[in-house]
Amino acid sequence: MNAHPLEQQKADPRLVYDDPRLEPAALERERRHHEASWPDPRGFLGWLRSTDHKSIGLRTIVTAFVWFAMAGVLAALMRLQLSRPENTILGPDLYNQIFTTHGTAMMFLFAVPVMLGMGVYLVPLQVGARAIAVPRLVAYGYWMLLFGGIFLFAMFFANVGPDVGWFSYVPLSGPEYGIGKRPDVWAQLITFSEVSALVTAISLIVTIFKLRTPGMALNRMPLFVWAMLVVSFMVIFAMPAVMLSSTCLILDRLVGTHFYNYAEGGDVLLWQHLFWFFGHPEVYIIFLPALGMISPIVSTFSRRPVFGYLALVLSNIATAFIGFGVWVHHMFATGLPQFGQSFFTAASMMIVVPTATQIFCWIATIWTGRGVRFTTPMLYVLAWFFVFLIGGLTGVMVASVPLDLQLHDTFFIVAHLHYVLIGGSVFPLLAGIHFWFPKITGRMLNERLGKVAFWLFFTGFNLTFFPMHILGLQGMPRRVYTYPAAMGWGSLNLLASIGAGIIAVALTVYLINVIVSLRVGAAATDNPWDAADLEWSTSSPPPVYNFSPQPTVGSRDPLWHTELTPPFVIGLNPEKCEVLVTHLLDAEPDHRYPTPGPSIWPLLAAIATTILFIWSIFSPWGVVWGSIPLFITLVGWFWPHRGVPPREMERELARLEPREATS
Amino acid sequence: MTQTAIDVSPLPEHAFGHRSILWWATMGMVAIEGTVFALLIMTDLYLKGRNEHWPPGNILPPGLLWGTVNTIILLVSTIPNELTKRAAEKFHLRTVQLWLIVCMLFGLAFNVVRVFEFMSLNVSFDSNAYGSITWALLGFHTVHILTDWVDTGVLTVLMFTGPIDEHRFVDVSENAMYWYFVVLSWLPIYALIYFAPRIA
Repeated sequence: MNAHPLEQQKADPRLVYDDPRLEPAALERERRHHEASWPDPRGFLGWLRSTDHKSIGLRTIVTAFVWFAMAGVLAALMRLQLSRPENTILGPDLYNQIFTTHGTAMMFLFAVPVMLGMGVYLVPLQVGARAIAVPRLVAYGYWMLLFGGIFLFAMFFANVGPDVGWFSYVPLSGPEYGIGKRPDVWAQLITFSEVSALVTAISLIVTIFKLRTPGMALNRMPLFVWAMLVVSFMVIFAMPAVMLSSTCLILDRLVGTHFYNYAEGGDVLLWQHLFWFFGHPEVYIIFLPALGMISPIVSTFSRRPVFGYLALVLSNIATAFIGFGVWVHHMFATGLPQFGQSFFTAASMMIVVPTATQIFCWIATIWTGRGVRFTTPMLYVLAWFFVFLIGGLTGVMVASVPLDLQLHDTFFIVAHLHYVLIGGSVFPLLAGIHFWFPKITGRMLNERLGKVAFWLFFTGFNLTFFPMHILGLQGMPRRVYTYPAAMGWGSLNLLASIGAGIIAVALTVYLINVIVSLRVGAAATDNPWDAADLEWSTSSPPPVYNFSPQPTVGSRDPLWHTELTPPFVIGLNPEKCEVLVTHLLDAEPDHRYPTPGPSIWPLLAAIATTILFIWSIFSPWGVVWGSIPLFITLVGWFWPHRGVPPREMERELARLEPREATS
Repeated sequence: MTQTAIDVSPLPEHAFGHRSILWWATMGMVAIEGTVFALLIMTDLYLKGRNEHWPPGNILPPGLLWGTVNTIILLVSTIPNELTKRAAEKFHLRTVQLWLIVCMLFGLAFNVVRVFEFMSLNVSFDSNAYGSITWALLGFHTVHILTDWVDTGVLTVLMFTGPIDEHRFVDVSENAMYWYFVVLSWLPIYALIYFAPRIA
């Protein structure tokens, strides 16, 4: 049992009680002061300038779902083409562009951004902060995601869509075979999405380390926050690899370098090493936030604190570490030394341990819960146990070298990766949207429609992807635009295509539910699910300044310990939009810090970066000339508004740092 | 139960080093770019392992003179850098202005010598993979030097024109921190560019 914060902080001279500032009327005055002071720019221009993490997080989620829908339409087209043998709806060239754009958009424009978007929205609320750290950088990250997505799909519609697969292997993507600009479009989209993810990761780490409200020591952090922390570190250490490899690819194609040219001392496998050093952690970058959403959902609907908090945190971290040591299992078919392969087989199987630990913790939570509530989010999570288990087990299968050699590049892999990514991540994501929808919008999603969508999605998903295991075992290769009738793959493919149709219906029902509930859904209370974390203590939707007054915490499940009333935070200056910066480990108050306000510069900087990126596909001089507008926008961004001329500063200095000699 | 509160109004409005938000954000950038440097170094060693001779063919190793001159310039530049940082943390505006200008001059000297470095590499980026990775290592480091130099320039102007408040001194301190990263990351790259081709 955690000690009452009052006990802990008795010695703290900052603790005040019996103070007129704590009267309800005084607190209401302070709330109005925040309401009046925190900028909430309205209108279209205001939208362009916003640096509010809730606005940016929400638009990131919505934008990512738009790319999801477009990539989903591409998937439906592929299933239509494959629904019967020797179909002629799509030709091979268009089919190549479609599967590449589908995979690229799903991985780089949907899966990672939507998870980071959830983090941007929720993390500051869950740690009890008034704002996110470095908000303008997050805004810049959003614009890069938006422009990157527009760039990819515009090029796709202009028949310049990438067509060499979402991992764009050389030499197929190199200067010799990758004619035209299609591989460059892929490579530069990577740069867009990675820049976006990297800056968001920095912001999340700083928010989690420095803006946690007093009392939220590391061992009281919500598990979703832990997941986002671990994932942000993974982003920082994984994504540079793909930025580097894709930059080298563009250089090979544009200015004649030889990184991947075997004839001049380069190496094609270098590409695969660099790509998968990013590519496998990428799977966990998508997967761990989903696990972070499962914990609060399971805990809330089982009505008990999550079982095995420490084990869950350590499993998160262990998964991240091991996730960096398994990349070669994507390269078993390249003829690497057998000893090396054995190491990566072992590492790949080892990752089962932390994953299983988490599953057992959640089962224990449900088992010992006080009456499980089978709400829609809970249904998605329960289904996750089933579908992810299949994806995990096939993962262990393909971690074994002999089996992998047989199944490499077949539909078995397609089945496996969709079970892991949709099963492992999209199920919890859809649960999470249901769960946090009331907080984000102030309206409840309709439970009945939600359950209809769930059952359709669950059925359609398994119908689509389970037969692909069998197709793969029967030898059907992936990335073929059609197949002869004599192969006997027709009926299972038809089944998969019917399943895809059901998924489309399910997601349409989900979307209708969102639209209808936004208009006529039941109004949400502050804490409609009776959940435990801090985001449920503020209004739905939260105000710009998140909390009034800012709460502190005395336990891991603050809202379930109503017998304790932890102290509020008072004394932040609303005029300067101050946030409270705390110490890393125990979140003790350290100093006040003014949040940078709304600004148009992140958008302008993103436009300048976009010009530079696209120009540099066509000419290396794009980097040189493009950096000039980028420099101008960055100076505009950096140039401060607050402050005094240097001469007056001289007088102010004495106030800041009383120097012995001068006084 | 009496309602209690933590009154944070007596707390300071700024902090230096790892207490500040900016320090962590800068460290995040350092972690990202450090990872890129590490991967570039791995790529260099990987390609070196792929080639029987390094440099391949009759190519001469890069000339030692300018690279070594620049290494010395960088190492010496840490002195004005440290003095800038210390002055900033004591809010000595005049001293900060002085040392920022000295830092700018060091950066200028470095960038000029860097041109000669490129000219004495004895290989072009499009000759072979050795040339490509050597140019990439030197080029990527140059981008960092240039970026931080321009950044320092903007900061220097700002410290003369205003508007200034205490947070600008934190900026100066973190900018100096970043310069240390640029200096330290140069040392393994220097070894790799100039000495790996001599011992292989």
